Amino acid sequence: MDKPLTQNIKSGEEPLDLKAYEKAGGYRALKKALKMEPSEVTELVKESNLKGRGGAGFSTGLKWSFVPMGEDAPNQKYLICNADEMEPGTFKDRLLLEGDPHQIIEGMIISAYAIQAKVSYVFLRWAYKTSSKRIQKAINEAYEEGYLGKNILNSGFTLDMYIHTSVGRYMCGEETGLLNALEGKRANPRAKPPFPQVSGLFGKPTIVNNVETLSNVPHILNNGAQWFKDLSATGEGGTKMYGVSGKVKHPGVWELPLGTTMGEILNEHAGGMKDGLAFKGALPGGASTDFLVEEHMDLPMDYENVGKAGSRLGTGTLIVLDNETCPVGFVQNLEMFFAQESCGWCTPCRDGLPWVAKILKSIDDGHGKEEDLEILQGHTKKLGPGMTFCALAPGAMEPLQSALKYFREDFDKHITDQRCPWR
Amino acid sequence: MLTKKEQEEINNELKLFPAKKFAIIEALSIVQNERGWISDEALKDIAGYLEVSNEAVEGVATFYNLVYRKPVGRHIIHVCDSISCYVMGYENIAKTLKDKLGIEFGETSEDNRFTLLTIPCLGNCDHAPAMLIDGNLHNDLKPEDLDDVLNDYE
Repeated sequence: MDKPLTQNIKSGEEPLDLKAYEKAGGYRALKKALKMEPSEVTELVKESNLKGRGGAGFSTGLKWSFVPMGEDAPNQKYLICNADEMEPGTFKDRLLLEGDPHQIIEGMIISAYAIQAKVSYVFLRWAYKTSSKRIQKAINEAYEEGYLGKNILNSGFTLDMYIHTSVGRYMCGEETGLLNALEGKRANPRAKPPFPQVSGLFGKPTIVNNVETLSNVPHILNNGAQWFKDLSATGEGGTKMYGVSGKVKHPGVWELPLGTTMGEILNEHAGGMKDGLAFKGALPGGASTDFLVEEHMDLPMDYENVGKAGSRLGTGTLIVLDNETCPVGFVQNLEMFFAQESCGWCTPCRDGLPWVAKILKSIDDGHGKEEDLEILQGHTKKLGPGMTFCALAPGAMEPLQSALKYFREDFDKHITDQRCPWR
Repeated sequence: MLTKKEQEEINNELKLFPAKKFAIIEALSIVQNERGWISDEALKDIAGYLEVSNEAVEGVATFYNLVYRKPVGRHIIHVCDSISCYVMGYENIAKTLKDKLGIEFGETSEDNRFTLLTIPCLGNCDHAPAMLIDGNLHNDLKPEDLDDVLNDYE
C-alpha cells in the first residue's frame, strides 16, 4: 500500500534534512514543475481530484484556477500554508509538519509556481514549537540550495517564504480570518465575494491551502493524476491522514486510502475500545462535524459517503464517545469552545453560542427544563448554514443537532432525573 | 518607550509589510516576549511606533488568546480543555492543579511562580490529557505526576 505522505516519517526521529530528502526522491517534482507551464500544473492537480484536507473539501486545482493569470494579473500574489490546526481533536498536520517539513515546502513552491505567487507564508500555531524549529530549518536549507529566493533553479521564478506564528484564535483557521490575522488585525471573517483567490492578503490574489493538501502536491507531480486517483479505496483519490482520539486502545494517526471504513480505522488501527468500554458514537472529522454511530461502522470515510450519512469528513480525525462519558457533558465541552472562540462579528453566533453552552451546562448540572431541548433544537436551525457570517456557528451546531438525534434519551433522562446519570 | 532591541526587531518585521499598521501582531509578540505581558504603557508605545490609534492595538491585543493584558507569573501553564482531553480526564488535571497552586484559571499564584490558563486543543489528542508550561509540552498526564512536572519550573 502506497503511503506517499508518511514514507519519510519515522516516529521519534528527526525529519530528513535537505540532502536526505533529495536522496529519497525529494525536489524532483519541483524540477519537473518548473519545466511545465503554470497552467499545466494547475490542470494536473485539478485532474487528480485532490480536495482540500483542512475540512472544507474543495477541489484544490479548481481553487487555483480562479487566480488571475497572465500579463494583466496583479504583479503580487500570495500562497499560504494553513498550519493553524486548531480544530479540537485534530492532530494530523502536526505529524506532517514535524515529520517531513521539506515535503510541505516543496508542495508550497510548486503550488506558488502554479499561481505565480512571489511570497508565501506558513501560518503556524504558536503551540507547535517543534514544527516551528523544523520548518524554519528546512526553509533555511531550501534557500541555501536555491530552491527558494531569486530565480529558482534558473527558471526565472522567484519565491520567498516566511513563518507567521499565530497568537491563537480558532477563527484564524477560517481562510479570510487568517488573512486578517496576517494583516495584523482581529481575525474576523471577510465578506465573500471578493474571494481571496482574486482579492486576498493586502488585496492581492491569494491561495490558502492546508498542510496535508500541500504535502500531496509533489507526489501528484511525480506520479500523475491517475496514480493519485488509484490510491483511494473509493473514487475520490489519494490517501488521508486519519486519526483517532478518546478511550480506544491505541489512539494515533495513520495514512490510509481515502475511503477506508470507520470500522477499520477504529478497530484495526486504533485497536478498538479499551477493555470494558463500549463505542457510543464518534465525530468523524473534528469538533464541528455531526456524530456517526454504530450503524455507520461500514461507512467509507470519504467526502461523499460521510456527507450522505449526514455528517462531514472534516479533518478526518475521529473523536470517540464511549459509554462511560456523558454525551451531554461531551457536547457542552464542544459548545463552550465554540462560544469562547466566536469572534463576535455577527449576532447569531456571538449571542447564540453562549446561550447554547449555558443551557447545556444547566442540563448537565441537573437543572434542565422541558423547554430547553426545544430551545437547543431551535438554535440548530437559527445558527445553521446561511444564517451567520461564516461557518463557525453552523459547524458548532453539527455535533449538537446529531447528539439531539442520536442521544435524545440521554438528554431527556438528565431533565427528568434532574441529575447527570454519569455522575 | 520601546527599547532599542524591540525597535530593531519590529523594524525587521516591517520589511515584510506594505505599511506599518499591518505589523501590530508582530509588535505585540516582540514586546511581550521582552516584558512578559502588554501593559497600558507598552500598548501606547506600540501604537505610537506603528502610527496607529491606541484602540487599534487594544482591539487586536484583546482578541487573541496569547496576548496577555495582565501581568503573568514566572511560568505560564496552559492546560488543554478541549474535547479529547475532556474525555481523557482534563477535569481531574484541572482540579489537581488548582488545588496545588491555590488559584483558579486566569490567576497567578501568590509567589508569582505560576499563571494558570486554559488553551484550546494542543493537537496532542493521541496523548491526552496535555498541557504546556512555558511552551513545553507535557502529555499523557496523570494527577499523581503533576508534582514532578511542576518541580522542573522554579
